[in-house]
Amino acid sequence: MIEVQGLHKSFEGKAVLKNITTSFERGKTNLIIGQSGSGKTVFLKSLIGLITPEQGKIVYDGVCLLELERDEQRELRKAMGMVFQGSALFDSMTVEENVGFPLEMFTKLSKGEKKDRIDSVLQRVNLIDAHHKYPSEISGGMMKRVAIARAIVLNPKYLFCDEPNSGLDPKTAILIDNLIQEITQEYDITTLINTHDMNSVMEIGEKIVFLKEGELAWEGTKEEIFITDNQAVGDFVYASELFKNVRSVYIEKKNR
Amino acid sequence: MTYLANIGRYGLMLMEMFKKPTKWGVMKKLILKEIDELIFSSLGIIIFISFFIGGVVTIQTALNLTSPFLPKSLIGFATRQSVILEFAPTFTSIIMVGKVGSYITSSIGSMRVTEQIDALEVMGVNSLNYLIFPKLIAMLFYPFAIAISMYVGIFGGWSAAVFGGYAPTSEFIAGIQEDFVVFHVVYAFIKSLVFAMVIATLPAYHGYYLKGGALEVGKAATTSFIWTSVVLIILNYILTQLLLG
Repeated sequence: MIEVQGLHKSFEGKAVLKNITTSFERGKTNLIIGQSGSGKTVFLKSLIGLITPEQGKIVYDGVCLLELERDEQRELRKAMGMVFQGSALFDSMTVEENVGFPLEMFTKLSKGEKKDRIDSVLQRVNLIDAHHKYPSEISGGMMKRVAIARAIVLNPKYLFCDEPNSGLDPKTAILIDNLIQEITQEYDITTLINTHDMNSVMEIGEKIVFLKEGELAWEGTKEEIFITDNQAVGDFVYASELFKNVRSVYIEKKNR
Repeated sequence: MTYLANIGRYGLMLMEMFKKPTKWGVMKKLILKEIDELIFSSLGIIIFISFFIGGVVTIQTALNLTSPFLPKSLIGFATRQSVILEFAPTFTSIIMVGKVGSYITSSIGSMRVTEQIDALEVMGVNSLNYLIFPKLIAMLFYPFAIAISMYVGIFGGWSAAVFGGYAPTSEFIAGIQEDFVVFHVVYAFIKSLVFAMVIATLPAYHGYYLKGGALEVGKAATTSFIWTSVVLIILNYILTQLLLG
């Protein structure tokens, strides 16, 4: 479980995160949504310690991240997996080397054990024939899957995904969403996803946090988002006619 | 004020680089890779430049020795002194700033803009130690490259002297053996070792703290070349005053 209390961050005097308090439960896919510039990425990077907030607490199962020394933070981060927006794969390494990198750095497994582990996670993300390819030789969707495989190879307790669907076609985006949700449940981890994608909200949003201009404007489940009367959420989520119709159908169905 | 902030941050970067070292098995491979990329792959250009610089120094010295009372051995003497004291350690280092320094800035800068450095940090890796420390260790071998540069430079001088008809081999060899001071070679090695530390770390600083996108990577490589060259020139003056003055 991750608890966030009174998180505040500003850049050059401009507040980007304003007193955010919320929590994210284990075994659930938690979505952070909001317009571009609403502070989603700063929030996610603050949670993993890549950005240091001015105020507030970030507590990982009882351990406050901001009270730890830099080296202790790095130790805690070994329990985290992160899927970056651009995948952030090491371009001088093959798929196999990318996935095996955390094993190489932090475990004493034998060559054979490492190979088995790499094969098993690559199989888990449905990538079987790409072991010896370089990131520049594979598609965007495959890169995301490699990034997910790398993030889960050490069995993390926390998984963070920054816009995992950006730049993907709708079919691949749904595959990636489902994969993340399955992994979350299978490994019983706390997953946080930054997204713009309303399909993701409807598909896998077990808890949704809506940020507006750095403030937590609303939080709830995907069922609650259909019936909320919060104007800001309504304007953002139901900006398109399609989702307005989806909402009407859902409410109609519920009232029957 | 910005200069002071940068110097402070550079110092903190160097301190952080030695903390939480990467596993030796991984570090060993990284060091060998960097020795190959930074030192071995530079030997070609170092040998090429040194040979011709040595030749040019010889020709210019010979053309300026117009008095018949001056012995031809002075050509060898002047070539040796110029190559050992200045051309091999300093001139070669400026070339290396362009070759190795730009490579370091752009490779680390590209990793910064594509979030690969963030990915290392999120995994719990000390990215400064992982990325910069192997380069620093690899550059400890730089004085060997400078030794080759000295040898090739003097050889280039001998070639120009003999094949250009400026001095016979016997006179040239006598010149390069004349009043030989071992400390001059030591001075050159000390200088090249200090330059190596700067070439490994200052361009890395420019890449590591880069902000922006692909365009900024190019800009950072240029800025890094200018600042590293400036620092080398200043250090060259200070070290010469301290060690020979």
